[in-house]
Amino acid sequence: MPIKVLVAKPGLDGHDRGAKIVARALRDAGMEVVYTGLHQTPEMIVNAAIQEDVDVVGVSILSGAHMTIFPKIMTMLSEREVDDIAVVGGGVIQADDIPKLKAIGVREIFNAEASTQDLIDGIERIVAETGRDRTRREAASSR
Amino acid sequence: MQTIETTSSDEQRRWEQLTLLPFTERRPEAREVFRTQGGAALERVYTPTHIADVDFDRDIGFPGQFPYTRGPYPTMYRAQPWTMRQIAGFGTADDTNERFRFLIAQGQTGISTDFDMPTLMGYDSDDERSEGEVGREGVAIDSVDDMLDLYAGIDLEKISVSMTINPSAWILLAMYLVTADERGFDRKKLSGTIQNDIIKEYVAQKEWVYPPRPAMRLVRDSITYSAEHLPRYNPVNVSGYHSREAGSTAIQEVAFTLAAGIAYVEEVVKAGIDVDDFAPRLSFFFVSQIDFLEEVAKFRAARRVWARVMKERFGAKKPESMRLRFHCQTAGVSCTAREPLNNIARTAIEALAAVCGGAQSLHTNGYDEALSIPSEPAMKIALRTQQIIAEEVGIVGTIDPLAGSYALERLTTDIEKACFDYFAEIDKRGGTIKCIEDNFLQMELADAAYDLHKRKEAGERHVVTVTKYRDESANPHVELHHVDEAASGRQLARLAKTKATRDAAAVAKALDEVVRVAKTDENIMPATIAAVKVRATGGEIIKALRPVFGTYVETPVF
Amino acid sequence: MIGHRVHRDLARAISAVENGVTDFRGALAQFAAFGGPVRGARRADVIGITGPPGAGKSTLVDRLIEGFRSDGETVAVIAVDPSSPFTHGAVLGDRVRMQRHAGDAGVFIRSMASRSAGGGLAPATRDAVRLADEAGFDVVIVETVGVGQVELEVVAVADVIVVVTVPALGDGVQAIKAGLTEIADVFVVNMADRPGANASAVDLKHMVREGKREIPVLQTIAQDGTGVAELLAVLEAKRNGEDTNAVRAVRFEIVRRARDEAVRGALALLDTPDAAAVLDRLRDRELTRNDAIDALVLMLGGTVNAH
Repeated sequence: MPIKVLVAKPGLDGHDRGAKIVARALRDAGMEVVYTGLHQTPEMIVNAAIQEDVDVVGVSILSGAHMTIFPKIMTMLSEREVDDIAVVGGGVIQADDIPKLKAIGVREIFNAEASTQDLIDGIERIVAETGRDRTRREAASSR
Repeated sequence: MQTIETTSSDEQRRWEQLTLLPFTERRPEAREVFRTQGGAALERVYTPTHIADVDFDRDIGFPGQFPYTRGPYPTMYRAQPWTMRQIAGFGTADDTNERFRFLIAQGQTGISTDFDMPTLMGYDSDDERSEGEVGREGVAIDSVDDMLDLYAGIDLEKISVSMTINPSAWILLAMYLVTADERGFDRKKLSGTIQNDIIKEYVAQKEWVYPPRPAMRLVRDSITYSAEHLPRYNPVNVSGYHSREAGSTAIQEVAFTLAAGIAYVEEVVKAGIDVDDFAPRLSFFFVSQIDFLEEVAKFRAARRVWARVMKERFGAKKPESMRLRFHCQTAGVSCTAREPLNNIARTAIEALAAVCGGAQSLHTNGYDEALSIPSEPAMKIALRTQQIIAEEVGIVGTIDPLAGSYALERLTTDIEKACFDYFAEIDKRGGTIKCIEDNFLQMELADAAYDLHKRKEAGERHVVTVTKYRDESANPHVELHHVDEAASGRQLARLAKTKATRDAAAVAKALDEVVRVAKTDENIMPATIAAVKVRATGGEIIKALRPVFGTYVETPVF
Repeated sequence: MIGHRVHRDLARAISAVENGVTDFRGALAQFAAFGGPVRGARRADVIGITGPPGAGKSTLVDRLIEGFRSDGETVAVIAVDPSSPFTHGAVLGDRVRMQRHAGDAGVFIRSMASRSAGGGLAPATRDAVRLADEAGFDVVIVETVGVGQVELEVVAVADVIVVVTVPALGDGVQAIKAGLTEIADVFVVNMADRPGANASAVDLKHMVREGKREIPVLQTIAQDGTGVAELLAVLEAKRNGEDTNAVRAVRFEIVRRARDEAVRGALALLDTPDAAAVLDRLRDRELTRNDAIDALVLMLGGTVNAH
């Protein structure tokens, strides 16, 4: 049962090299990746996460606006009573801001140095932790 | 031992048997193949045999003479150094103006402006899409009122001003002209550049509003208007920097850039303008990456290819039409967040390559490039780096100093040949714009980026302090540019004031006129200039034209 | 209007069947328990959009959504893309082309990877379509990359099938010849501003004339909306029409099952009054497609499977 990940590009920033490489690498690791495209609002990202029922939302943000974007995403997920979709981030995010993001529920920030293997391992670990992994194990055993 | 199957001479083969082989049997080479950052395989050693197909008169020659391999001017830096042009832009116009003045006081010789994401994408500061991004990654410019403050106290007839702006470039050019008018400067003496290279946006930088074809019309109009009214202005800065930062090879950087140049020339020629009437003012923008030799070769190849294209494909007669002039920026993507002071060394090497390659204008990155927009101290060191090269290193005294190097000339010609191969492929597929609509260029770039990524992860290319010589305990604290969170509020107040004090009826009328002209084939510049003069904002103009031109959504390739 | 909660429950129900946690009936029960509406006789119209990669299907779907929404209809889209045969992963980018509807609660977009080695539609796709129907969407669009076998499976899912191609695709038109005139309800030549559009349309028209049914051949430029209004009008007619794909879908399913049991007489069975009566009731929407299949399979002497 493949892990399903949403790769999201919020805001006006068009630097998508990292996001696209991540998408390709996750596919090569056997995951299903839904790419939102550029210029997404927090609402578009949350709608996509819900409709696609992904395990993890990966937000790629290089513009420095992460302290505006992430809180909006987390608030909206909470308003829609979504508590089993993990949110992670990557891009250019100052080290000082990472604890603040974790405090609002962002599970992990992968900085530019993280290798794609780090990312894959991190996502697998997070999926196991949120319990969505359990659904898969049930499915596997019921077949 | 790797079999040698290249153009070796007998002497080389003898050397390989008698000198090299015994040595490598005792101590093998670290790798079978060494590659440049762009992916080209390097010879162990280059000899005259390797450049047997290079002809001095035809391919190298003299600076300021066809094919301009050695430089566009016969005197180059012996007359004056390249323009030292550090980019600046953050907060409101006042904030950035202060940074401009600081840089000029420190010896900068040209101005370069970086705009915030809303301005780049055609949104006013009060648009809901702009929230959180106003004045953050660049300066917020909504109207002429902002631009007047941006360039306040700067003699626009004496210093050249570059604006890094794309989908709304023609609007900001209009604002610049009105700014010059209201400050009493002669338009004919204005020198500067708007980047205005919309083609590379669809491929690499991803700043767009309208689809490619209407966007080309806007570029064409700014080129033809400029050709007629602004004799010292460069209305396009055809760019390769962004493709390279997005992961392309060095060859693709040049090939895609010059293919875009070809498309712009075709577009303007199609409108009935003679190539020699506008081509002299086309300018270019390349990166200087960390692979020194490849970069110098790349710059020289670019000049040679463009000269041949202009002469043979477009029949240009004026030398000025054939000589490629370029601005250069050291590679942002080569800078690390880890142990950032090392970026000073990286930047210095890249800057040296740009100078050896004959750049006309140069921005050197700050050591904090991977962390934030440049701080003042970082910019100062970056500027000093250029000044050191100009004053202390000595290579400014001789033009194209590395010419004749067997390795360099081989790499130069290889890049040249690969470019023409790409042009043939692009032509076969229907031209540059078609290749964008069909995602061909984007796919080539995506593949190159992924290939580079895999090579890095396989350990083929190292980054010091990141993949090698990593010091986990090192945590140097660098003072970063402090983002003034209050700037956004100040800009909103400025915008509100502009909107409150302008003649709303005149603005509405002017916008209608812009829309009317957009639907015809008339040049859109005069109507745009008239609109920004009555303080129509950039966002209002862009918005008014969306129904006319449509909006663009990419088909992503991975 | 379709509430946020329904989006969430529908998405989770689709995941449940996709991951094999439960079967369709189980998912439906779970879904109804959340207060999902139980549909009456009028069901969603299912439109299949298929064709070779690069034909602009997603852009066309984006325009169709626009059209349906302006008529006040809610739309669910199931966009299927192939999984990598090597890694079994997938990058699903179709929703990018439809993103202007991402804030509209009347639109639900779900990407699915085909997840099957044979390249056909996963059974979960059919279940996803039925779940979207149950959730209350007026129109369900299934978008697939169709080459060969996949189109045949779209028949089992859709009421109306649109086959999209682009001019001068060469091989593409050949691929289309391979049996698609049997299942297509509409042919669309997209990117009609490109050279060869008229020639492609003419080729297709000749091809469909050889068949027995009337299949319109349209030209569109999905990029700017040209020809989309005409396509919507044709779809409207087909949705309300008599000989819809649902009927053919039933025949197809029967033939497929019958083939397994090597009962060639099954074809003859369709000529009997009893079988014809079942098909009439299906056409008049008194029976669902799957109930019709069950009835006919029982006549064949077969057993009713989950489908």
